Amino acid sequence: MDIISAAIPMLLKGLQVTLYIFVIAIILGFIIGLVIALLKLAPSKILNWIAKVYVDAIRGTPFIVQLFFIYFGVNSLHLVSLNSTTAGIVTVAINAGAYFAEIIRAGIQSIDKGQTEAARSIGFTGAQTMRYVVLPQAFRRMLPTITNQSIISLKDTSLLSVIGIADLTQQGQIQASATFEAFKIWLAVGVIYFIIIYLLTILANFIERRIQLR
Amino acid sequence: MSMITVKNLRKSFGKVEVLKDINAIVQEKEVVCVIGPSGSGKSTFLRCLNRLEEISGGEVVINGQDITDNKININKVRQEVGMVFQHFNLFPHKTVLENLTMGPIKIRATEKSAAEKLAYELLDKVGLREKAKSYPGELSGGQKQRVAIARALAMNPKIMLFDEPTSALDPEMVGDVLEVMKQLAKEGMTMVVVTHEMGFAREVGDRVIFMDGGYIVEENEPNELFSNPQHNRTKAFLSKVL
Repeated sequence: MDIISAAIPMLLKGLQVTLYIFVIAIILGFIIGLVIALLKLAPSKILNWIAKVYVDAIRGTPFIVQLFFIYFGVNSLHLVSLNSTTAGIVTVAINAGAYFAEIIRAGIQSIDKGQTEAARSIGFTGAQTMRYVVLPQAFRRMLPTITNQSIISLKDTSLLSVIGIADLTQQGQIQASATFEAFKIWLAVGVIYFIIIYLLTILANFIERRIQLR
Repeated sequence: MSMITVKNLRKSFGKVEVLKDINAIVQEKEVVCVIGPSGSGKSTFLRCLNRLEEISGGEVVINGQDITDNKININKVRQEVGMVFQHFNLFPHKTVLENLTMGPIKIRATEKSAAEKLAYELLDKVGLREKAKSYPGELSGGQKQRVAIARALAMNPKIMLFDEPTSALDPEMVGDVLEVMKQLAKEGMTMVVVTHEMGFAREVGDRVIFMDGGYIVEENEPNELFSNPQHNRTKAFLSKVL
């Protein structure tokens, strides 16, 4: 047991990295998703097409390939130099962005056309209508699916260990091989992921209940 | 002075021509009721008056501004033209009070306190002051529609458009809504009302327009139109609804 308790601080250090990458990537991913969703709904064939290509490309390729493409592929062009953490954040953000885009688009489209018409008839611009009337309502409907996608993205960050990011999974690998206690270490890693995701679910349920009260 | 002038208005949805050649004038303070069978184009006609439907051809002049001209700021025009919908379309995530104050605060940059003062006055007018803090989901259909009227009035419009405002209501709710509209007419609001309420058209309307098949078939003072219709189609329609 001493071996495990000695490993725990290292695992928690890895957790910090995981959460740091997750939080930044998910915020960026949401912004990307919102932009892509609006492009998809824009009254311009070209913009629709750009958004469609983006979403299809991300959905049609494995996460790990996207990660290698950005970390090894893009870096090999020597135009930019992304360190592993940046490449990891960018990959998770771009990946989540594509899925968020579909969620947000569906959420926006689920809002009754009458809401837009009422807002426009008062004199709101298209952008104001989106901001004050459509998005606040759409967001309420999207929340469960957004939570779901966020959890998937959090778990995807474990794949970042393959490009050498010292996240929770990477720390698990290090500790498992250092201690020869693979069973206990990986159990501990699993429990830590589980607790974090469980807390995230509780938070989402709390927010959901609060906004549903209205 | 005419508040609304419509010349040779045409509207097509794809290949289907819904409005074929509409000409109409609404004077200031006039209440015009539009009646006709469903599919006659009366709702589309109304929705063209604030360009909720893109206009395919012709001219629509609202308070001196041709809204078919793409150079005009349609949002500005719409601030002067209130609209009430069949299905109310209140904002469900906002309280009744916020439904009324949102427009003035966000569009006109009215102080919150001033916007709320006006909102309470309007809620008094429609008899719903005690519902100010409620959400639309907590109101009955008739109450929702009265809030929707108040919300449109909060922008202090010069014209009010009503698109079958009582069609989605339980019969016992209709009276309250019509009462508010009568009051509004009495105060001199310029109104265009698409309706199936022939009693209302007769009592409150200054003029009644009968539409069928994308045309205005006949228009006249209510008593004339109802008791002495000139066209066969008008006669056929009235015989069914009266």
